[in-house]
Amino acid sequence: MKLQVNGQSFDREPQPGQCLRTYLRDLGWLAVRKGCDAGDCGACTVWVDGRPVHSCLMPAFRAQSREVTTLEGLGADGQLHPMQASFQKAQAFQCGFCTSGMIMTCASLNEEEKKDLPFRLKGNLCRCTGYRAIEDAVRGHVVVDDDVAGRTCGANIGTSFAEGLVQGRERYTMDCVIDDLLHVKVVRSPHAHARVLAIRQDAANALPGVRLILTWEDVPRKAYTTAAHDDYHCDPDDTFLLDNVVRFKGQRVVAVYADTEAIAEEACRLIEIDYEVLPAVFDPVEAMKPGAPRLFPEGSEARIDDPERNIFKQIESEVGDVAQGFAEADEIYEGDYSTDRIQHVHLETHGSVAWRSDDGRLHVRTDTQTPHLIQEKLAYVFSVDPRSLHVFSERVGGGFGAKQEMLTEDLCVLGVLKTGRPTKWEWTRSEEFIAGPGRHPYQMRVKLGARKDGTLTAVELRAVSNTGAYRNHAGEVLSAALVSPILSYWCPNKKGTGFAVHTNAIPAGAFRGFGRTQTAFAIECAIDELAEKLGLDPFTMRRINMIREDSAVRGIFPGGDEFDIGSYGLDQCVDFVEQALQSGRGEPKPQGDEWLEGKGVAIHVQEGAPPKEHRSQANLSLAADGTFHLSNGVAEFGNGTMNTLRQIAAQILGVRAARVETVVGDTDRTPFDDGTFASAGSSVCSKSVELAANGLKGRLLTAAAKLLDRPVEEGKLFDGNAVFADQSISLSELYRRTPQADLKFDVKRRAYSTPTTLGFVVQGFRIAINKETCAIRMLQSVQAVDAGTILNPMQLSGQIEGGIAQGVGSTLFERVVIDDEGDVQNATLRNYRIPAFADVPRTEIFYANTYDKVGPLGAKPMGESSIVPVSAAIGNAIKDAIGIRLTSLPFSADRVYEALYGDDAEGAESTS
Amino acid sequence: MDLHTITTVLRPSGADEVQTWADGHAWLAGGTWLFSEPQVHTDTLIDLEGFGWEPLKVSDAGLEIAATCRIVQLDNFKAPPDWVAAGLIPRCCRSFLASYKIWNEATVGGNLVMSLPAGPMISLTSALEGVCTLWSRDGTERRLPVAEFVTGDNRNALRPGELVRSIHLPLAALRKPFAFRRFTLTNLGRSEALLIGTRDPDDAAILLTVTAATLRPYQFRFPAGVSNAEVRNALDGAIADDRYLDDTHGSPRHRKHLTYLFAEQIRAELGV
Repeated sequence: MKLQVNGQSFDREPQPGQCLRTYLRDLGWLAVRKGCDAGDCGACTVWVDGRPVHSCLMPAFRAQSREVTTLEGLGADGQLHPMQASFQKAQAFQCGFCTSGMIMTCASLNEEEKKDLPFRLKGNLCRCTGYRAIEDAVRGHVVVDDDVAGRTCGANIGTSFAEGLVQGRERYTMDCVIDDLLHVKVVRSPHAHARVLAIRQDAANALPGVRLILTWEDVPRKAYTTAAHDDYHCDPDDTFLLDNVVRFKGQRVVAVYADTEAIAEEACRLIEIDYEVLPAVFDPVEAMKPGAPRLFPEGSEARIDDPERNIFKQIESEVGDVAQGFAEADEIYEGDYSTDRIQHVHLETHGSVAWRSDDGRLHVRTDTQTPHLIQEKLAYVFSVDPRSLHVFSERVGGGFGAKQEMLTEDLCVLGVLKTGRPTKWEWTRSEEFIAGPGRHPYQMRVKLGARKDGTLTAVELRAVSNTGAYRNHAGEVLSAALVSPILSYWCPNKKGTGFAVHTNAIPAGAFRGFGRTQTAFAIECAIDELAEKLGLDPFTMRRINMIREDSAVRGIFPGGDEFDIGSYGLDQCVDFVEQALQSGRGEPKPQGDEWLEGKGVAIHVQEGAPPKEHRSQANLSLAADGTFHLSNGVAEFGNGTMNTLRQIAAQILGVRAARVETVVGDTDRTPFDDGTFASAGSSVCSKSVELAANGLKGRLLTAAAKLLDRPVEEGKLFDGNAVFADQSISLSELYRRTPQADLKFDVKRRAYSTPTTLGFVVQGFRIAINKETCAIRMLQSVQAVDAGTILNPMQLSGQIEGGIAQGVGSTLFERVVIDDEGDVQNATLRNYRIPAFADVPRTEIFYANTYDKVGPLGAKPMGESSIVPVSAAIGNAIKDAIGIRLTSLPFSADRVYEALYGDDAEGAESTS
Repeated sequence: MDLHTITTVLRPSGADEVQTWADGHAWLAGGTWLFSEPQVHTDTLIDLEGFGWEPLKVSDAGLEIAATCRIVQLDNFKAPPDWVAAGLIPRCCRSFLASYKIWNEATVGGNLVMSLPAGPMISLTSALEGVCTLWSRDGTERRLPVAEFVTGDNRNALRPGELVRSIHLPLAALRKPFAFRRFTLTNLGRSEALLIGTRDPDDAAILLTVTAATLRPYQFRFPAGVSNAEVRNALDGAIADDRYLDDTHGSPRHRKHLTYLFAEQIRAELGV
């Protein structure tokens, strides 16, 4: 078949059922990406004869004699297409995985079409940005600032990979060409709980191209946890590479390695497995009852708090005296709330490629947030020296916590160990839904007491989380759930009781704002309910009770205060949001009596570092040419950390950001780091860079002062020079003239997660709700944050907008629907909707004016917490509008309908 | 996605070249559904593209839409000015969950054959009293109203090997004033309920078509001046509660609620 791609002629026959996307990728056009593989996300958008199509849906043979344009071919004569330039200047991406399709779509729009972006972009999903930056790009807004020496922090410094990304040159995990690849596919359990009795694989083994089939009998019987934590005790070892007991529907049972994906899939279909089906339980409350099916019988219950009741982790703690607090209360509110399972929907699915190099080392190319922890985990499971393993990423297409697990690397490494051949495993989108991590569903009961004047006398929270079949992160999530939202209020009497419970549901995992997103929903709704009982408005209620600058910061654990309020801007944030909601800005309520309007607010206090100890190291050195080299083991997957780190280093070293070459996410090229989770990037990793940069600066000035015979205190670094009052020397010259023995221009510094500061975030919404259709319309969204010094306003607003968008999705419609048998009913993006352009309101963002004493250069992290107060703020706005408290997320129109009309729904027809 | 089980693609230039039919064969129109899910029971795709059917044919009798007519072609169709109901065409095209980019490949016939409750081409052609022409492998031809062609969620009247040749929209229907109501749980998402009413210019009778909310299309003919109670009674009598779709795009009870709400709005709008 002949066709033109980007002006070049190709002649190659496609496979009969091949789609155009993989055909183009096989030709080497790797910027054509697989997001959903089903036409829903648009990441694969290319032009065919000038018209944009989703190439995953187009039969490859239909491209015969046609002209295809991919992102790589969009620019002409080495020049960026205007839309490519616009995406760079507006930095209209975070992880960048959607960018190929986004640019190809936007570049196809005429001016008239650009007026209706909600419609034109409904087939292009971005999970990171919240779409505002993408709209900026389409409108031609220039957001990126010039990179100026000495002014890198505080400026909108564009990320270093922007230019390559918009031209399709950046490489994600699967964007590598390796000969002789083996492909992994797995047979997944059709039962939620079963014992494997027999596996018949003769027919599969006989299939030409099948190279290896592995069952539980073929793999090391060594328990581990898929969750990545530095602290080994966080997540007890409960998983085997392949097991003879399956505890959720979708658990992998057999791994097939074959020459092609097609053969591997066919082999999977030919494998017959006999199971002894065991009783299953899906509800965590049911799972705790006597007689419930037990997931981990004797011998497998290591470090489960109460294996007979399936309780992995039980936490109960109290500060003050809650009973006394309730006795002193004039009003008490008590209510039940629940949240559902949410999928991360990072656009790049899980996947990795492993191979052995000639020197015998194993290389694992993977999309992970925690390369160093994966390295250690692989070394443990396969009993190899960690130094023989190289784990790395180039670009990672989103994570949001889902890539803090070892889910694909293990079977790839096993394939290499067993066959010697390079091995690849790429998950399908549906596999993410049936076997990937998701947000823990929570069932919660909140009880609050207050005096007539509004002062809280007691706060009590009971939470039951469904961790599913395995415990990945459940303990830490539970701890965050019980502690974090309660920090917002200084009330002396607090109690939390929590259970992380095993069921035969899909294991949950870490997800942006974990635990606290669930319980902040419950608590912040409850605060409004109590305020209403007391006749106080929601802002007043919060101002009375929220922690103050001099408050002791206490969760539910007695003992010392583990937090330092490095800067306090919560009061400013509350004011900003209240004023904005009163301003009349945003959209007016739609016309018609059927529309009701409401306002809602919620606050959140976020710990500025992960709950457990977090280690990070920065290595920073001066090169002979006067540039700097920075390496840190954090991962960049759209969080912007890589850029923030080089901004900090550049600011301290007085150079342009571009002068600091920065490497992250690679165990060979960076020192150990726990990876990217829980806002560590902008706290711990940044701190290590700040320390290293200050250390290197000191050494450079000392050396320059010595060389020039000047007092060191007089010196400063600026624009690649060490500058003294009347003399200066370029850093390259300094390097050249410094005697070899004195050349100590490389500095290593470590940082830890203590002390931990607090960030503050306040979200407000004005919404309208249609009492006939039950539609909810966002009229105004406001978020105010105290992030201390703003290191990169563009990146920070992007994180905030992205978090709000995810919050809006999980508040209004996102929910993994699992039926009574444990089957996921919506394992595709057309049935599990994430917010599209049309679903996300634009948010007014305000920053408190503070300088954090703990954080690097006065900054504190805010990438994670923007999502946390969203659900409660919307819930409070709905209550304000219709007078009914919705207590179960999500608030989709069909559920609003039940709340409004409930059992009287039939009657509603006649009144509407 | 790659359909790994496909071993053969046939690209005939006419239906008469396809004499035999076997399990595992599938007609390929735009491919936008076929390529969106694994098709492990399919091994042969038979491409309709080579048939060269004229996408849209206007005649005194109305509009003939070839099954292979791309959505984009239908959306771009410039209807004669007195075809008032042609205003439904862009509305229904915009009722796809899928992006307008998919319209470049997806076909009208493909949407009918998928027979999903939310298929907007089903809404359009059933509301406009469309009649499908079906061709079987033995060369026989039969006609069925679209509203009868779709029999359930992902179910229709096609027999093995049979294909949809075209959909005829009669002129009289195309000249009717209409009312259109639609609701989606997510903005611009999949239809939770899509109701269309048309009014006969001569006797003011109303044809109400309920789609998306229900497992298959339901149609109601009401005389001029019909009351809301009569409309409600008709809905009550025809659509049992378990005929409302239950999936992630809307609950049955909300779909029913929207159906009654929109039916009343359409009655009021058209019953002038």
